[in-house]
Amino acid sequence: MSAAAPRVLIVDDHALFRAGVRTLLGEQVEVVGECGEVDSAVSAIEELEPDVVLLDVHMPEGGGVEVIRRTAGRSSVRFLALSVSDAAEDVIALIRAGARGYVTKTISAPELTDAVQRVSEGDAVFSPRLAGFVLDAFAGELPPAQVDPELDLLTAREREVLQHIARGYMYKEIAAQLGISVKTVEAHVSAVLRKLQLSSRHELSRWAAHRRLVD
Amino acid sequence: MAPTADPSRGALRIALGAGLLVCAGLLLVRATGPWPGDAIVWPAAVAALGGLLIYRSPHSRPRARRGWAAHRQRELPPRRSPSTARARGRPEVSRGGLGVVLVLGAGFAFLWASGGVRPAGEAALAGLAVLVALALIFAPSWRRLARSLAAERSERIRSQERADVGAHLHDSVLQTLALIQRDADDPRQVATLARQQERELRAWLAGRDPATRGESVTAALEAAAAEVEAGAGGSVEVVAVGERALDQRAAAAVAAAREAMLNAVKFAGGSTVSVYAELSEERVLLFIRDRGNGFDPAAVLPERRGVRESIVGRMRRAGGSAVVRSAPGKGTEVEIAIHGRGRS
Repeated sequence: MSAAAPRVLIVDDHALFRAGVRTLLGEQVEVVGECGEVDSAVSAIEELEPDVVLLDVHMPEGGGVEVIRRTAGRSSVRFLALSVSDAAEDVIALIRAGARGYVTKTISAPELTDAVQRVSEGDAVFSPRLAGFVLDAFAGELPPAQVDPELDLLTAREREVLQHIARGYMYKEIAAQLGISVKTVEAHVSAVLRKLQLSSRHELSRWAAHRRLVD
Repeated sequence: MAPTADPSRGALRIALGAGLLVCAGLLLVRATGPWPGDAIVWPAAVAALGGLLIYRSPHSRPRARRGWAAHRQRELPPRRSPSTARARGRPEVSRGGLGVVLVLGAGFAFLWASGGVRPAGEAALAGLAVLVALALIFAPSWRRLARSLAAERSERIRSQERADVGAHLHDSVLQTLALIQRDADDPRQVATLARQQERELRAWLAGRDPATRGESVTAALEAAAAEVEAGAGGSVEVVAVGERALDQRAAAAVAAAREAMLNAVKFAGGSTVSVYAELSEERVLLFIRDRGNGFDPAAVLPERRGVRESIVGRMRRAGGSAVVRSAPGKGTEVEIAIHGRGRS
């Protein structure tokens, strides 16, 4: 599966930035197209069927969330959010819409390539900032009656993995630190992603909006 | 108690005195000079007093600036429960209301004294009918007028905001871009400028005031990271979970973290330094990690041990702890911890 380079579509309304990402991605990834707006992105996804769409959070006419919403169920494409925004509400909204990860635009070239490959293989990719958001959202106590332990709580291990991501560790390093395999680390992150998408905890969107208010 | 202690009471006394003086003057004129008749002068005097009360009441001033809803709310003071009326603004309400009652009473007294109550009542009814008809006819155009006024107002606010944003961008982003163009051949300087501007813009977008920097641990960490970036170059990424007020012990932890960041930037070899903070009232936990060359803690160079002392020693004095973890080729991580509440 790692033999074929993942086919990537870049969706961002800044041409300069698309060009930058294209040069950043290098050889291990095949960039099949670029789009600057929601409409053309939707039709390009249906036409080109890329493996991974690098998706900007903020774009005119609905942004990344709109792209995911309009292609939902019609394609097996996977989304990786790539944004300068570190507003929790935007990031959480995109993850809940179905993106498999979030990285900031200041990410280094090898890390971005690695993230694209991970997402194309179905894994989740958390940047330190997203890990911080998730830990924040899942912190604190809930009234026991309202808790669905499957969705509303992080296991001790998941929390540990997220803390290490927030501290700037790579998956490989986390695995070494915790004495588990990289695959297990990936499994934990994917589980957290699922909880993030399905949990009604704190009504996550409202949490994110509130966080922005107090930030 | 001195009379100046309560200005409103003093004003009331002055008003009472002035009223009595006017009363005495009127009585004097009635006894000696030309007198138009009781039915005119007394109601007129009462109406004047009422009018004075209405116009002097504090409500008459901000009225023009408030919205329609607030305006209407104020027109219905009797509906308020007595407790809230007592809690806020009862003197103003009763003063304005008293004025209205006085003016209406004076008018009624005049009509009654001049025997014109019944015809006046009929005239009032006719007038009311005309008013209602006019209201029905002109209501749409009035509403349109009100709406266009509101639209114009919000447009004015918008353009004001645009001007504010423009001014801010001009002072910050455009200046920085100019500096970047000037220093285009110095990549380090360009990166530092860009980072600084990014931080500033983010803080501004999030509505964070630079003046409140000192109040929370997160804000203090962000500020420290910005200082380190500005001073030593490189980039420092702060991720914080939870929050805590910046008490004395937390401030010590932030100061130690700042040392660790400075160190990390120096040895990180150009990669990003990660700062992760877990904050609560019970504890402060800070991790500062670089992906540089790392070192063997057993074979530390003397000058590096000095820096470590400024972190480890400082935390020990503050009643916390600091651990430095490193290995050649694996980067360095400093963990700073404080348990328990801060002494503020």
